[in-house]
Amino acid sequence: MSTGDIEDVETFRQRARDWIRGNLAPLPAGSGIGVMRAGESDEAELAAVARQREIQRMFYDAGFAGIAFPREYGGQGLTADHQKAFSEEISGYEYPADIQAPTFSPCAAVLLDFGTEEQKRQHIPAILKGEELWMQFLSEPSAGSDVAAALTSAVRDGDDWILNGSKIWTTGAWWSDWGLVLARTNWDVPKHRGLTVFILPIHQPGIEVHRIEMLNGNKEFCQEFLTDVRVPDTDRIGEVDDGWTVGTRWMFHERMLHNSPLVTIPADGARGTIRATHLVEIARDAGRLEDPLARDLIGEGRMLDLVTHALQGRLSRGLRSGRMPDQSAAIGRLFTGVTAARTTTLSFNLAGGASAAWTDDDGATAECGNDFLLRQVSCIGGGTTEMARNVVSERVLGMPREPAKDRGVAFRDVPRGASNRG
Amino acid sequence: MLLELDPDQEVLREATARYLTDRVPTETIRRLRNDASGFEADYWRAGAELGWTSLLVSEENGGGSISGAGLVDLTVAAHEFGLRAAPGPLVPTNVVAAALSAVGGAAHEAVLAGLLEGTAIASWCYGEPAPNDRLGTVELTCRVEGDEIVLDGVKRPVESAGVAQFLLVTGRSEAGLTQVLVPTDTPGLTVEPLRTVDLTRRFATVRFDGVRVPASALVGELGGAAEQVERQLQLALVILCAESVGSMQAAFDMTVQWAFERYSFGRPLASYQELKHRFADMKSWLEAAHAISDTAASAVDAESPDAPELVSAAKAFIGEYGTELLQDCVQIHGGIGVTFEHDLHLFLRRVVLDRALYGTPAEHRQRIAGVVEHLKERA
Repeated sequence: MSTGDIEDVETFRQRARDWIRGNLAPLPAGSGIGVMRAGESDEAELAAVARQREIQRMFYDAGFAGIAFPREYGGQGLTADHQKAFSEEISGYEYPADIQAPTFSPCAAVLLDFGTEEQKRQHIPAILKGEELWMQFLSEPSAGSDVAAALTSAVRDGDDWILNGSKIWTTGAWWSDWGLVLARTNWDVPKHRGLTVFILPIHQPGIEVHRIEMLNGNKEFCQEFLTDVRVPDTDRIGEVDDGWTVGTRWMFHERMLHNSPLVTIPADGARGTIRATHLVEIARDAGRLEDPLARDLIGEGRMLDLVTHALQGRLSRGLRSGRMPDQSAAIGRLFTGVTAARTTTLSFNLAGGASAAWTDDDGATAECGNDFLLRQVSCIGGGTTEMARNVVSERVLGMPREPAKDRGVAFRDVPRGASNRG
Repeated sequence: MLLELDPDQEVLREATARYLTDRVPTETIRRLRNDASGFEADYWRAGAELGWTSLLVSEENGGGSISGAGLVDLTVAAHEFGLRAAPGPLVPTNVVAAALSAVGGAAHEAVLAGLLEGTAIASWCYGEPAPNDRLGTVELTCRVEGDEIVLDGVKRPVESAGVAQFLLVTGRSEAGLTQVLVPTDTPGLTVEPLRTVDLTRRFATVRFDGVRVPASALVGELGGAAEQVERQLQLALVILCAESVGSMQAAFDMTVQWAFERYSFGRPLASYQELKHRFADMKSWLEAAHAISDTAASAVDAESPDAPELVSAAKAFIGEYGTELLQDCVQIHGGIGVTFEHDLHLFLRRVVLDRALYGTPAEHRQRIAGVVEHLKERA
């Protein structure tokens, strides 16, 4: 440690590098590649999660957990630059990939923003030790993009609330511990004004967790059914009926994930992305690496990687300094969604015939076909790119809002279609 | 452009902006389309006094940066050029000045001084006509004969060759890539004007038929210019990209304003979701273009190892998405967007021109592929 209060970034980086190399296993080449590829088995997935909890605990014991979290909640109280250095150093090594989002952000980020002192002291240290994995109970089967139209209801009962409804698109809820829930507490006011946020343990009577099978067999997403789930008022986040204030910030954290000082995302990209270095592997295994047409696609993929990285840096600086409005985060969400989809197309094209039919011996070309079937995931998950386009045009460029039939109308009177009557 | 300028960079930006607004309003640019050189000599001289030609030159040679990163400073001015589709040989003069400062030695001090004052114009003869027009192909020969060097070959397109007094020529000797500084009045050198998409930038074919120059015309070592040529290419790309981003910004701002002011079916264009979504896409490309342009400028300035890749990524991205953005701005303007009367084409021309110079997006994607195939996943 340096003599000042805060360890300087380069000293920290060296300490992190030494620790990572001494304690973590290097990742095998190509791990974490692809679009939501199906795991080997549930046992393997549970073992992977257990290992991630273990690594998180090792971080905690070694002074690397919650690098930019406040010290009073078990974090290191360091800066975004320290976190960035750590993310760079851990690149190529195993790390708790599934704990980053949504546990650290947006969930822990929302707790830091709106939680009571007691809530923060109970949960943040547990999160940083890998003891609590969190999920966002946000989307509902009846409301995809229109998140504020949530139908899950919370009704006051003495010191408690009784929750009923269904939440969906929670990643790995079956092996997670706590949920951050957006629920409707008032049906007689317009939709944004009748929401409240709660927290609850996922595994309890009254919550059924169903696993959703994606078109490629992946089962990481879940849907939950809440029946008369009792939540004490002390587990409410923010004010009653003021859940949209929390929700707005919640979704801001979600859009800013790649710039968040609260998460570790290796410098060479998050899990579940196809990077241009991998495009080289695909082209090589397809025997096309010397083909100028293939090299054009590789060049495009790498260009998009580099531009995306530069854009994230610019947005991050602009948002931090206040030179860009908060809503500019949607620019990054839009760009990364579209470029990730394009990169999936590049990999599909590079794989040639193996993208249609393959064996496990085909190396990097295997599974590129399934990736392509799931290509649009990057433009759907975490808020669709269409919603991001609305936000950019309306909130960043100031263009007129889309007409809506639910503005100024009590939520119970808002027209609903056959698929979202709840 | 950078989100935050330091105060001295802001002085350069503001002085350049004010000067360009005053000297080359769009009506002047339109008028200059019939001018042989595309700009007036005193316009360039006064611009040089603002620092347009000195930022890539070392202090010992009479130049100097503002912030310590001269190339980054120059992008501040280049962005203002792009915002106004301004005339003048910003790219070639700076590239030659940088080369003379870096490896020109005492022999070329006087020429460099002229470039710094804006009294002399120089250009870089790099690209060649088909079939030698692929980025990086150099077939012009530099043959040593006694204490002279004899040049044979053709270069095109050469910017501002018609008004330049000096040309930095990249050729090939038996020893490898070689560069010489050639006065344009040297016997055997001919300049034939080309037609071009831009209103004020002039290009020419320059022929070298047994052009003889003394050995003192060498810029750097005979046969040892490869690294310097790559450096010049990177500098040219950074300046071009910064300028293109300025033109993208100008066209985007103009089109956003149009979308608010233009009504059809009783509503502003800005209220149509189809158009709002296209503006959102354009905004994302524009911010991405700013970001990669600035990132590449810093990397090239610092001569960092990732500079070749970043500058090619900037050129490939801005070339491709810059022209798409401009064409979408034209589309949203409708018929008025393809008239000479409207200003939009001034920016369209500049972005289209910059896309085609110093390597197409496809050529830069090939360059990037050459880098990325040798990258190892960090272990």
